[in-house]
Amino acid sequence: MNLFKVIEEIEKVDPEFNERISPRRDAIKNITSFGSKVAIAALPFAVATIFKKAYGASSTPTAVNDVLNFALTLEYLESYFYNQGAASSGLIPAADATLYFNQVQADENEHVAFLKSVLGSAAIASPSFDLTAKGTFPNVLTNYTTFLAVANAFEDTGVRAYKGQAVNLIGNQVVLTAALSIHAVEARHASAIRSLRASYGATITPWITGSASVSNDTGIAAINANYGAGASGYPAENNVMQGGVDVTTLASAYGSTTPYNVACEAFDEPLDMTTVVNIVTPFFA
Amino acid sequence: MKTETENNTVGPDMARRSFLRYAGIGAASVGLLAATASCHKDHAVTPSAGIDVGAGDTGILNFAYALEQLEAAFYIQVIATPYTGMSPAELTALTSIRDHEILHRNFFKAALGASAIQSLTVDFSSIDFTSRTSVLAQAKAFEDTGVMAYDGAGYLIQNPTYLTLAGKIVSVEARHAALIRDLITPGSFVASDVIDSNGLNNSLTIAQVLPIANTYLKTKVSAASYNYKAS
Repeated sequence: MNLFKVIEEIEKVDPEFNERISPRRDAIKNITSFGSKVAIAALPFAVATIFKKAYGASSTPTAVNDVLNFALTLEYLESYFYNQGAASSGLIPAADATLYFNQVQADENEHVAFLKSVLGSAAIASPSFDLTAKGTFPNVLTNYTTFLAVANAFEDTGVRAYKGQAVNLIGNQVVLTAALSIHAVEARHASAIRSLRASYGATITPWITGSASVSNDTGIAAINANYGAGASGYPAENNVMQGGVDVTTLASAYGSTTPYNVACEAFDEPLDMTTVVNIVTPFFA
Repeated sequence: MKTETENNTVGPDMARRSFLRYAGIGAASVGLLAATASCHKDHAVTPSAGIDVGAGDTGILNFAYALEQLEAAFYIQVIATPYTGMSPAELTALTSIRDHEILHRNFFKAALGASAIQSLTVDFSSIDFTSRTSVLAQAKAFEDTGVMAYDGAGYLIQNPTYLTLAGKIVSVEARHAALIRDLITPGSFVASDVIDSNGLNNSLTIAQVLPIANTYLKTKVSAASYNYKAS
């Protein structure tokens, strides 16, 4: 099951998608013309309106709804995870809930609401989940250390998944900007959860680090296995080749070259659809 | 703010103008002036003193390069003259951020080659580098602005490699922003001043970001192709 294939799939079934969603269209012009009167909080609803106007409320291509529902499904998974965590008595310390998890939970539920507002009556219901990932994390809702580790994995994977799909939204100001905005929020979550893990003794930084031989730093074997080179040729997180440049050869505060770990940390890597699916599939019941 | 409603222009410029109008709304809600570009006709702006980032993908990359130059210079100073009471953990984190920003800066310079804008001269006279409060508040502003700048400019990038590279960097900036915010106020990593009520990070246009950046630059940076000329 593929969450972030949304736009890629939209373009496959609807080559004119960019044209439909582009501001050149009258529908979008209508949106922008009343835009100055709309509060920022209403922006996603305006986006939803754009989708409906671009396709027509009753004629949205079935495949478009299918892929949007894939995205909704991933957000369902994340919100379910945090909702279950919050509901598990004694799991999350009260201080951590107040400072961190209540907010992350709220954001993920808002992402669900956002996608449901785009899909309208076509939105699917939430599927069933197995947060133990078929027994890989049997104590995910009773052991806080495990819960934090899985949260870390979900957030880092979310960042990589959104990043991998950006190229399928090139030039699409409304949808790409919204996707990048969710992407940034997932990265903020990842940073905070990593810092929280560190505060409990885990050896981990707010950013993903690595070495020439270590491609992921989460310490979760089940996830590490999927953090290598992706099925579509995306490199692992310890990649140091950026835009054809080996960035370790660039100068740093330490001399004429850059340390390997700095080169890893300074660039987050995207992930292809297939690999994302491989990571999240065990969490579907 | 007046809004053009009868503009029948077709083409990419129309897309840009519409977006600027659209994004201006968000800026107003976060307390920034949105008047910079929202009502402009899309005529050519003649560059004056200072430098211009240029047009197309090169312009966007130079825009990013300018911001990274600013951030790198800031953190180099932070580590060179640590504020009073900087904890070992803070020194470690801020040193890492410095290293990331230096690499971002040097990467853009290398990637842009002969198209790169010049090295910028910074003006940090408004920042008290001896004060933890001052330094962290400035770091927060730089990181949050950086995230909103990349998010807002992303759609203008036409080359997929460049777009992915921008994506690789913006999430690292977001990680920085979350950390800095929590150093100032624990639990403020996704506070409502940067995240809207639907869980989306705010974004800014180039014309909104450069006036902020120019506050800290002696070399003023313009982006005539993106509706901003430094005054």
